[in-house]
Amino acid sequence: MINVDNLTKSFGSKVAVDNVSFNVERGEVLGFLGPNGAGKSTTMRMVTGYFPPNDGSVVIGGFNMVENALEARRLMGYLPENGPLYADMTVYNFLDFAAELRGFSGIEKRKAIHRVVEMCFLESVLHQSIDTLSKGYRHRTCFAQAVIHDPDILIMDEPTDGLDPNQKHEIRMLIKRMGENKAIIFSTHILEEVEAACSRVIIIDRGKIVANGTPAELKGRSPIAGAVRLRVGSHALEQIKEQLSPLPGVRRLEAFKDEAGRELLRVFPQKETGDGELASLISETAKKSDWRIEELHTEEGRLDEVFRDITISDTE
Amino acid sequence: MNEAIRHIRTISKRELISYFSSPVAYVFIVIFLILCGFFTLNIGRFFESNQATLAAFFFYLPWLYLFLVPAIGMRLWSEERRMGTMELLLTMPVTSWRAILGKFLASWLFLALALVLTFPLVITVNYLGDPDNGMIVSGYVGGILLSGGFLAVGSMTSALTRNQVVSFILSVIICLFLILAGFAPVTEMLEDKVPWLIDLVSSFSVMTHYYGMQRGVINLRDVIFFLSLIVFALFCTGVIIRSHRA
Ligand SMILES: Nc1ncnc2c1ncn2[C@@H]1O[C@H](COP(=O)(O)OP(=O)(O)O)[C@@H](O)[C@H]1O
Ligand SMILES: [Mg+2]
Repeated sequence: MINVDNLTKSFGSKVAVDNVSFNVERGEVLGFLGPNGAGKSTTMRMVTGYFPPNDGSVVIGGFNMVENALEARRLMGYLPENGPLYADMTVYNFLDFAAELRGFSGIEKRKAIHRVVEMCFLESVLHQSIDTLSKGYRHRTCFAQAVIHDPDILIMDEPTDGLDPNQKHEIRMLIKRMGENKAIIFSTHILEEVEAACSRVIIIDRGKIVANGTPAELKGRSPIAGAVRLRVGSHALEQIKEQLSPLPGVRRLEAFKDEAGRELLRVFPQKETGDGELASLISETAKKSDWRIEELHTEEGRLDEVFRDITISDTE
Repeated sequence: MNEAIRHIRTISKRELISYFSSPVAYVFIVIFLILCGFFTLNIGRFFESNQATLAAFFFYLPWLYLFLVPAIGMRLWSEERRMGTMELLLTMPVTSWRAILGKFLASWLFLALALVLTFPLVITVNYLGDPDNGMIVSGYVGGILLSGGFLAVGSMTSALTRNQVVSFILSVIICLFLILAGFAPVTEMLEDKVPWLIDLVSSFSVMTHYYGMQRGVINLRDVIFFLSLIVFALFCTGVIIRSHRA
């Protein structure tokens, strides 16, 4: 439903978005991940037609964003960065405005407003002026505006920015639920967000796409992915190492300490070792040698490591 | 087309709701009315002149508008840019000219309302004497057109910057030029020095075209002048807004 092709945008001599292409279909939630200044907002502004691209094209549900901007925009809802609002209006007046621009009138309009008010829990502040609202309510008001016409396509720029952990969780669950029958793109620099809500992730850095895959695939790129984490209470680390290293399937052992200062062992598998094989191998050995295992699990890999590996921080 | 009109109406309505939900609108109207009364009755020596006319009122109106209309125009687009709501508005399924026109019309309507609220002056002169009411009506029409012209200039300068003060100063300067180019003392001075330039310069002036209406003559050419000024300034607003996004 969203087809982005070779999108490029420069500000002066600075290339903010460099040849970015991707597609999002119905039922997909695409997480747009990247450090600050990577070009996430600029990409979204081109997808929503706010910025015309220097090069490349955006096609929304078959409508080109340059040639058929109005048709394309009708299909989507947009939550811009920081959730801008007309501060001197009441929540109701603001939603009424959004609904009218979306083509609703009369009873249909009242129904549409009522639906998002319920969905975003805005009942209690409906007739309050927006500038008196807390950050959480303001954010939800802007979110309500984005979904007032129940769009097939939803674009959100850092939808959980500035919310408290409970509100963040709520929004993630909402995104995930809506993603079942919509095409959604949202940007974030919070890694857990991606794991919690996305079916696919694009990592963008300095305007370029540096990774594109499911959260699990990306985590699999982490160097510790597939390794087994082991803590044994009854025996010395050296002894365990000696016993494990000759085993087939074990490539390398590494001792380290966790946050609590306890000594652990990380066992890296050979390339051809299947999923879970190494863990069962270790547990068999443990049984034979009578170790008391306190912790044993296969690492999935960590997104933050992958992220750090492939992106370069703005501060460098 | 139908949809365009609906969108323009919705955007105008929103703008007016914003005006009247803050005290700014009321403060503006009160200040405007006080100044109108002051210039007409006091500076215009209304009671001493022994004539039942609003000539003084219409004479000072352009100078009042020189400062008060930019004060309304300065927030039109600067505010939208500063608050980020411009991104919200222009990613809705509306074209930018609908948004520009909708916002402009709302402010123009507001200014017209403020002008209409000076009607006690009309009642007063009618009570005191026997004024030429046709002239008064044409003066009001001129005033409304004049405020529209200045407001469109304000729309343009407010699109240029997110700083309202800068927008205000720029638009006062441009409006001042539009007045002075046809203001009698200035044109007389020009007449001595560069007589060949005078027609050209004064044809750009709002005063040249406001003058007739002040005297009770609504000339189609003058109306077209004001409408062209509005269309031109709003077109520039559109170009400026587009260039920010490019
Ligand atoms: N309107 C603009 N004018 C000039 N430079 C801009 C503009 N918008 C963004 N940039 C630059 O483009 C780069 C990408 O910005 P942005 O898309 O906002 O990043 P992100 O949303 O990923 O933090 C940044 O270096 C930023 O300074
Ligand atoms: Mg951003």
